[in-house]
Amino acid sequence: MAIEVRIPTILRTHTGGAKTVEGSGATLGALIDDLDGQHSGLKGRLVTEEGKLHRFVNVYVNDEDVRFTGALDTAVKDGDSVTILPAVAGGC
Amino acid sequence: MARFASLVDSLGGTPLVGLPRLSPTPDVRLWAKLEDHNPTGSIKDRAAIAMIEAAEKEGKLNPGDTILEPTSGNTGISLAMIARQRGYRLICVMPENTSVERRQLLEMYGAQIISSPAAGGSNQAVAVAKGLAAEHDDWVMLYQYGNPANAEAHYTGTAPEILADLPSITHFVAGLGTTGTLMGCSRYFREHKPGVQVIAAEPRYGELVYGLRNIDEGFIPELYDPELLDSRFSVGPDDAVHRTRQLVEKEGIFAGISTGAILHAALGIADKEVAAGRKADIVFVVCDGGWKYLSTGAYAGTLEEATTSLEGQLWA
Repeated sequence: MAIEVRIPTILRTHTGGAKTVEGSGATLGALIDDLDGQHSGLKGRLVTEEGKLHRFVNVYVNDEDVRFTGALDTAVKDGDSVTILPAVAGGC
Repeated sequence: MARFASLVDSLGGTPLVGLPRLSPTPDVRLWAKLEDHNPTGSIKDRAAIAMIEAAEKEGKLNPGDTILEPTSGNTGISLAMIARQRGYRLICVMPENTSVERRQLLEMYGAQIISSPAAGGSNQAVAVAKGLAAEHDDWVMLYQYGNPANAEAHYTGTAPEILADLPSITHFVAGLGTTGTLMGCSRYFREHKPGVQVIAAEPRYGELVYGLRNIDEGFIPELYDPELLDSRFSVGPDDAVHRTRQLVEKEGIFAGISTGAILHAALGIADKEVAAGRKADIVFVVCDGGWKYLSTGAYAGTLEEATTSLEGQLWA
């Protein structure tokens, strides 16, 4: 089993159009490194040069926003579901 | 006292009701703050009245003026009602993928609607409104995403009402849109009852809504301060619809779909509290009633059919 990662439309140029990809790693940061090995350029779209999540990128592990669980240090394991979304306006 | 000089004066003071059937144990209790009991039927009445009155006080808004606002519905409906009472003209910039009921209500209240493209959701509405505001410097954009009066309405209204009704509150769960409800309430709880956990439930829409051309077009409301949240959950339409229906079936509360998303997050917290063996009083916000969303298909057919029909719609 691996970790399933949902990719938003805007980043699918890096995944050959795939909506979901799979990877592995003990932390979100390691998972993103693993994904970048398979889908070149993906990491650069998610993580800044300073090693932080891009301001307009939201990442959720099992629906919880990782900025409140340790950001790139958030622990992940096989069977987890990771969702990446651009930050957009909500509200009514 | 239940007598008021006018409809607008009846704002707030909404009921906080227990959920005896959805609460997991007698020690872990859920409470619903019924914001559909406001003048136009949503929590946005609080922000709308506060923003208009702040602008009036600052002399930015005078009778006959035109108000401009990006809104997918509820804020616009609130503003439209007040605008008509006070002699302002209202123009709402609204994504085209919002429910027909919201459009009809706005038109009935006399608002003018400018549609923004469905792709990009509220991001596009904000961008179009900012463009129009730059072209028409006599129009007053209240701008709910960045207007401190929005959060202030919850700091002075929503949160104190909740704490007075339920001094034992341990968790507060609300929807994350403009972030006004969460920011204002959190600031109040942190000052008056530190230790209350503040949790955001954010609706996760279909792909169309996230259709930005590049990441740098992303948007974070100016009001947002992540330091004021303890956790934040993304809730998809399937879970939101499931919980919206459960709320009607088990507790008789007929709420809009965003409320289902908030209840989903609240029930997740409740499960964790039960597992940890703690007592908890979890308050969540019922943003509005379900009436304005009947045409979305969320309330009829199977859960799968409802979820499918919400694809591409701004359901919260």
